[in-house]
Amino acid sequence: MVPAADIATLRRGLDAGEYSARELAQDALARIEAANPGLNCFITITGEQALAAADTADARIAAGGAAPLTGIPIAHKDLFCTAGVPTTCASRMLAEFMASYDATVVARLADAGGVSLGKTNMDEFAMGASNETSWFGPVRNPWRHSRTPGGSSGGSAAAVAAGLVPLATGTDTGGSIRQPAAFCGVTGLKPTYGRVSRYGMVAFASSLDQGGAFARSVADVEWLLLAMEGHDPRDSTSAARPPTTRAPTTGMTLGMPREYWDGLDAGMARCLQAATRELEAAGAALKDVSLPHTAAAVPAYYVIASAEASANLARYDGVRFGHRAAEPKSLDDLYQRSRGEGFGAEVKRRILTGAYVLSVGYYDAYYLKAQRVRRLIRQDFLNAFAAVDAIVAPVTPSVAFELGAVRDPVAMYRQDVFTTPANLAGLPAMSVPCGFQDGLPVGLQLIAPHFGEGRLLALGTALQNRTDWHLRRPPAA
Amino acid sequence: MSWESVIGLEVHIQLATRSKIFSGASTAFGAEPNTLACAIDLGLPGTLPVLNREALRMALTFGLAIDADIARECRFDRKNYFYPDLPKGYQISQFEAPVVSGGTVTIDAGAGERRIGITRAHLEEDAGKSLHEDYAGMTGIDLNRAGTPLLEVVSEPDLRSPAEAAAFFRELRALARHLRISDGNLNEGSMRCDANVSVRRTGEQALGERTEIKNLNSFRFIERAIRHEIARHIDVLERGGHVTRETRLYDAERDETRPMRGKELSDDYRYFPEPDLLPVSISEALLAEARAALGELPRAKRRRYQETLGLNAAEARQLAEEPNVAAYFEAVADASKPRRAAHWMMDQVAAALNRSGLDIAACPVPAAQLANLLRRIDEGVVSGKIATTIFDVLWRDGGDVDAIIEAQGLRQVSDVGELAGIVARVVAAHPDQARQFRAGKGKVLGFFVGQVMKETSGKADPKQANALLLQALADG
Repeated sequence: MVPAADIATLRRGLDAGEYSARELAQDALARIEAANPGLNCFITITGEQALAAADTADARIAAGGAAPLTGIPIAHKDLFCTAGVPTTCASRMLAEFMASYDATVVARLADAGGVSLGKTNMDEFAMGASNETSWFGPVRNPWRHSRTPGGSSGGSAAAVAAGLVPLATGTDTGGSIRQPAAFCGVTGLKPTYGRVSRYGMVAFASSLDQGGAFARSVADVEWLLLAMEGHDPRDSTSAARPPTTRAPTTGMTLGMPREYWDGLDAGMARCLQAATRELEAAGAALKDVSLPHTAAAVPAYYVIASAEASANLARYDGVRFGHRAAEPKSLDDLYQRSRGEGFGAEVKRRILTGAYVLSVGYYDAYYLKAQRVRRLIRQDFLNAFAAVDAIVAPVTPSVAFELGAVRDPVAMYRQDVFTTPANLAGLPAMSVPCGFQDGLPVGLQLIAPHFGEGRLLALGTALQNRTDWHLRRPPAA
Repeated sequence: MSWESVIGLEVHIQLATRSKIFSGASTAFGAEPNTLACAIDLGLPGTLPVLNREALRMALTFGLAIDADIARECRFDRKNYFYPDLPKGYQISQFEAPVVSGGTVTIDAGAGERRIGITRAHLEEDAGKSLHEDYAGMTGIDLNRAGTPLLEVVSEPDLRSPAEAAAFFRELRALARHLRISDGNLNEGSMRCDANVSVRRTGEQALGERTEIKNLNSFRFIERAIRHEIARHIDVLERGGHVTRETRLYDAERDETRPMRGKELSDDYRYFPEPDLLPVSISEALLAEARAALGELPRAKRRRYQETLGLNAAEARQLAEEPNVAAYFEAVADASKPRRAAHWMMDQVAAALNRSGLDIAACPVPAAQLANLLRRIDEGVVSGKIATTIFDVLWRDGGDVDAIIEAQGLRQVSDVGELAGIVARVVAAHPDQARQFRAGKGKVLGFFVGQVMKETSGKADPKQANALLLQALADG
């Protein structure tokens, strides 16, 4: 029907009665059914619930009480808990798990009238940068099926890129929204830590995890953010802040951190620099800045994230929920086989790493030192933000790589070099499409001070008003 | 050479909040298994803890009561270990930055007052319960208790005997009950303790190797377990052996301790700051609330009972221990003679409560009625003996003391003329006994008093009867 329409267009169409929410959902479901066997971007498709939600939305629209997202199709990354719909985290451990409650984000979007069509594929427990750790197999990049969509929120990014849904939720612990957004040519926002409730978002690394939004444009991301954000009394780390409002772009100074730009692949650099010139043309000034501790971000990130993951994933022990080994012979046997069978190799690697860095004798050398690095990285940004309003940087070192090409785990971790710093510092950051290299999308990263989402939205919109990279569609879509 | 024992206690006090420390589920005791465990208590994926403000307030009240240092900011940590009744695979506790540090608790184990140092007190969540008995070959898990708020109070190794350890535990219980931060119910596990025990030669400064006895939950067991463990240490050392640092369990049936096995033990809990909870800053408003809840502390109460009300130390201790008993006693003592009130509390009231298995809070005789009754004794309206009869009536049927006295004609016979007549009749009726008395057998007076009481159905004023009898017998 209107696969590439933006939210404003869909809103007008729904309100004018050009089509109903039910028709919109049916249309999207049909396209998902057709595309999913090739893309593998959905783990669960919830047609029945979607149509029921669409009918409710139609009634609300008819009654004149539509909110901006009422009747708009949406997909949730499969680590947001959904009552009555499986929440798998793309793990064998939770392959049969059904949550008893809705995550705050899911509930807020449902209250806004959003029509959820299903749960999207991801790296297992959000641990991965290529979607290859999913128990349900990798998602394929809509731009080229042999390539990764990125990870961990690869399913959400691919679903939006392929025009299957206009909006999707994701989570970003070390780049899991921004990197797949860049690889799939869509807009992806990781809000400030604390901006969006983590209640009901299955935890990977609690001090870094942040729920966020995918859409085809900054304007659409903004609609989704406004419906997701806000203080939640059930999440002690969620912030009580006024809603996001767009900042004016004119007169903004943008910092280009040399640690991100120096030594960048020439083709990537060309795309990215062209985008910075557009921002300049839109009225922003560019300035060189330094974030001297950037190189330490990936190691510090993997220490802290793994440490928290080792505790967060201890609850999957085969006792109360999740995969349980058949006929355990003893308690140890139950633990060992349930976890041994339930978790994939990357998850085990992180649990082991995390347990190691927290152990007596290693805690100071790894965990404490990583926390010190984290403070330094945060301070780097605070220093930079004394001179600039936002930072522009690459999202990834390269465009989407071939599935199966990166086998060394540490090489995979290095994919996160430009994204982990914002997580360690708790800053909002966004990936916006800024061109193509070898026919694959390139993303530009914008990073703002804490709770400066309004600046990101303004800058992203300015760029998208001057370019059409975000309007390009993959060949099949 | 003699030995000196060195003991430190870690006491877990279950806080009397209505809901759990990190969830809204109820903390009620005795519900059907797993009916009071919500998604957060079950550690369901995606759930997050939110600190119960009242639990924090109670910890602060405790800290203020023992003159501790109150942190301006405290933090929570994760203590990691696997056990089936620990739903998240970690316990949220406080490791680096507890809410309370320092302070002292004064005990008296019979050898005068001793000040016991408190190292720290921190908040944490309780685990569930593993039920090994009811399921053959399997273990039942009840997670109702999971997430119940605990205040773990860690003492310095300042205790020197099993009796002191028990006295310390008793003092903490009295304190917790007075502050109304715990029901202190030992049968329901509201207070439990672990004891760290070591011995050294008297006069030595260095500490001996210690062992830890886990999960003691009664005054008697604390004393017996520690006594056994001290004897075991001394025995090992006197044979030339070494005490091994380990955790042990006390077996009350065999009166011995033995090494603990199982998964609850870990050498390395991999503590790290709980990322789901931000550091908690203690506001002035919360501190003020905590201070307002302090009330009169047990020690001050005991001192007042002795110095102002004239009770002896044992009476003061017994009546000040339970806040509800103290409150009842004070209500009676305020309206009658305090010492008589104390004796009645410890005799008639205690015995009646004991007989009917009631708590003072459920005492059927209101304090005001008991005070009335005691005043009637003071006024000579009824005798002490008759008063016990009236008390029984009050207990059984309720009602008003004066109404009962009038209705049942229990007013003491203190009219001299009337009583003198009865005395004269009694003396005349027993000439043999009268002769014996006059012959110097003083004990016979008791017989005459008994006869007078019989004649008056116990309503004679014993003092008056005595005087009149002496007069009548001398006259004869």
